[in-house]
Amino acid sequence: MNGVEGFMYPNEISLHWSVLIVLYPFITGLVAGAFILASLERVFRVEAVKPTYRLALLTALSFLLVAPLPLQLHLGHPERSPEMYFTPHSTSAMAMFGYVYLWYLMAVLVFEIWLDYRRDIVLLSQTSRGLLRVVYKVMTLGSNNISARSLRIDERVGWIVTLVGIPSAFMLHGYVGFIFGSIKANPWWSSPLMPVVFIFSAMVSGIAGVMLLYMATTKLRGKQIDIRCVDSIAMYLFYTFIVDFSLEMLDLIHRIYEADESFRSLDFMVHTRLYFSHIVVQICLGTVIPLILLAITQMVRLPEIARKRMYTSAGGLSLIGIFAMRWNVVIGGQLFSKSFLGYTSYKMTLATREGLIVAIALTLLPLGILWVLIKLLPPWPEDRASHPTEMHAIPTAVAAGD
Amino acid sequence: MNINRRQILILLPAAAVAWKSVLAGTPESAPNYQMSEHWWGMLIDIPKCIGCGNCVRACQAENQVPDGYFRTWVERYHVTDANMTNPEVISPDGGKEGFPVVSEDAGKYFFVPKMCNHCADSPCTQVCPVGATFVSPDGVVLVDPTYCLGCAYCVQACPYGCRYIDPQKKIVDKCTLCYHRITKGLTTACAENCPTGARQLVDLKNPRDPIHAFLKTHSVQVLKPQMATGAKVYYNNLDGSVR
Amino acid sequence: MNFFKDAGHLFRFAALFVIAFLVFWAIRGYVVPRTFGQYGHYRAAAITEIAARSVQFAGHEACEVCHSDIAGAKSAGKHAHVNCEACHGPLSQHAADPTITPAKLDTAKLCVRCHAVSAARPKSFPQVNAEEHANGVPCETCHQPHSPAMDGSAAAAGGAK
Repeated sequence: MNGVEGFMYPNEISLHWSVLIVLYPFITGLVAGAFILASLERVFRVEAVKPTYRLALLTALSFLLVAPLPLQLHLGHPERSPEMYFTPHSTSAMAMFGYVYLWYLMAVLVFEIWLDYRRDIVLLSQTSRGLLRVVYKVMTLGSNNISARSLRIDERVGWIVTLVGIPSAFMLHGYVGFIFGSIKANPWWSSPLMPVVFIFSAMVSGIAGVMLLYMATTKLRGKQIDIRCVDSIAMYLFYTFIVDFSLEMLDLIHRIYEADESFRSLDFMVHTRLYFSHIVVQICLGTVIPLILLAITQMVRLPEIARKRMYTSAGGLSLIGIFAMRWNVVIGGQLFSKSFLGYTSYKMTLATREGLIVAIALTLLPLGILWVLIKLLPPWPEDRASHPTEMHAIPTAVAAGD
Repeated sequence: MNINRRQILILLPAAAVAWKSVLAGTPESAPNYQMSEHWWGMLIDIPKCIGCGNCVRACQAENQVPDGYFRTWVERYHVTDANMTNPEVISPDGGKEGFPVVSEDAGKYFFVPKMCNHCADSPCTQVCPVGATFVSPDGVVLVDPTYCLGCAYCVQACPYGCRYIDPQKKIVDKCTLCYHRITKGLTTACAENCPTGARQLVDLKNPRDPIHAFLKTHSVQVLKPQMATGAKVYYNNLDGSVR
Repeated sequence: MNFFKDAGHLFRFAALFVIAFLVFWAIRGYVVPRTFGQYGHYRAAAITEIAARSVQFAGHEACEVCHSDIAGAKSAGKHAHVNCEACHGPLSQHAADPTITPAKLDTAKLCVRCHAVSAARPKSFPQVNAEEHANGVPCETCHQPHSPAMDGSAAAAGGAK
């Protein structure tokens, strides 16, 4: 038969979830990770990463806007997808995720970006012309109040939003992990560790993504990369990756030790059909090598150029590794038979609705949206020269009788 | 009772809403068929199955099942003493045209017809995001073809592999226990066409159904009992090697 | 109060949410099917729609209404529990309109589907190697399909051993 080895239940032979379903957790992971990086500065007051604060938020928004697209393209009837909002099934993780997504988009990300940028938006609505002026005017929601007090209120509320946003980001991506982890029918997915692994791998991808975007955009703009910032981000990347790797190793060791009924079949699958994507790409290229590179930069004092090169390599390889992890979960979970007696193969198409070209386009689209957002809401630190110096100071009680 | 104008203004819209739901009516299948009087299942008698594939063909004819996909299928097991937990299983085209002849008699052979187990605690209906698949009040797991998004989450959640995406309609499809037949007093297409009586429809709520006597005197199993799905397709004499 | 003056924009943002929610609720009222939720989290009318689908196999009781003689002969023989359409195929159209004639059956192909010998089949089930047993002769030459046990006449007339 077509790439079938051994026995598969007849309906299992063709895969139902394609590369687009691989892309979806990758994209939402980048969102969650980028937001956590932003919150490092806002809530945990890590000064060093401040240059990336606004960029991280805009990155999160660009990817979050694209996130529903792979799902819509995958659905047999995308025109019925509003049913998930009108009649969500409360026992379905997927349905509840629809609302988590909406909450995160509107009440966290858009709200926080709006609060942080509001002063700029009001100023830009007064200085720009034409269509852009209309856009900014709409974004002000008709309020031109940028008095010191209103900005302090924004500051305080924004702090709360970020605080709420951290568990929201965990929910956003933890839920995706739960969508897989709660399926008892599939032993490759079913695990209480799944949401946790997804969250930490999301953080790795998001932090790596923002780091690379910061370095790339700064270089493209001909400016100087703040090496202290990048050093700090790389350190967080390193420690997050260690936790992520430990969790994945824990899962692996647990499976090998317990060796339940699914183990032999899954083990065989990892050594054959999933060998390249799991062992070579995810583990060696995508985890071990970046960890080694990052460990070296943490332990040895290298010159700036060398550090930047290592960060770039480590960041790029991390992103590839996290994508491979999503691939191995989604595709890997469908390559073996639930009878544990056989395997099938995934034939990724090229130019169909769920094919490779669409997948690549959907990966690049957020970068396009980010470009538009950067033009609309410049995130660069030097553009804030005219701002009060005490942005994101510890929120103090508002002075009485102001 | 004195109803003043103010009360009427409040009561009238409430009455209109109530009348609308009365007009919506109670769905009824055939006259005299009451869903609450039935709890459907199936009995599959393994020693009787000869692997002729008639049930697979009949199901396809009755329900317009697309080629390459199966609402029901038959598996043939070959178990040898040396490898009792790792059987050799085949299901060529779901067993639709029967099975290749076996000449030598090494080990044990038997056929296992499979279908949707119409689980009472079905994991597939649990994960449906919109309520397109559900357990009917009479115990049949059905798919609403006008509501299904085709997300295939239920396909992933079914431990038995009985669901698939219809390539034309782009929605999920599966065995309906021939709901359109059983509500009219007929049996399922597969049971009707099984020449040896290996497949029989059972109604667990009917005190006169022979299943009750059968369950008392025979050893029956369900597939993957560890999944606790409340499967209602009972197998007589199911070998331990069956996956 | 001064607070409201400086926090006015927040109330405007909140107002967006309220408006969005109201619009959502209004649309929902129109869009959600009326029978949704009647028995559970699904559209109850789906049950009647599925139950109303057309039947392809009439069922043996429908056949026996007109073909009671054959039903009688069958119930005395080994094929008593083999229903009519198991061999004759789906015949609900014929049952509804007897002028529609069912297709003729080819016993040479039909019978072997069940009775071809295979070590995989239960030992107690009657099965033969068709070439050796019939030597190319169609099964119905000796076996009347509705009551297939060999009666003396066909064998004596020189049918295959």
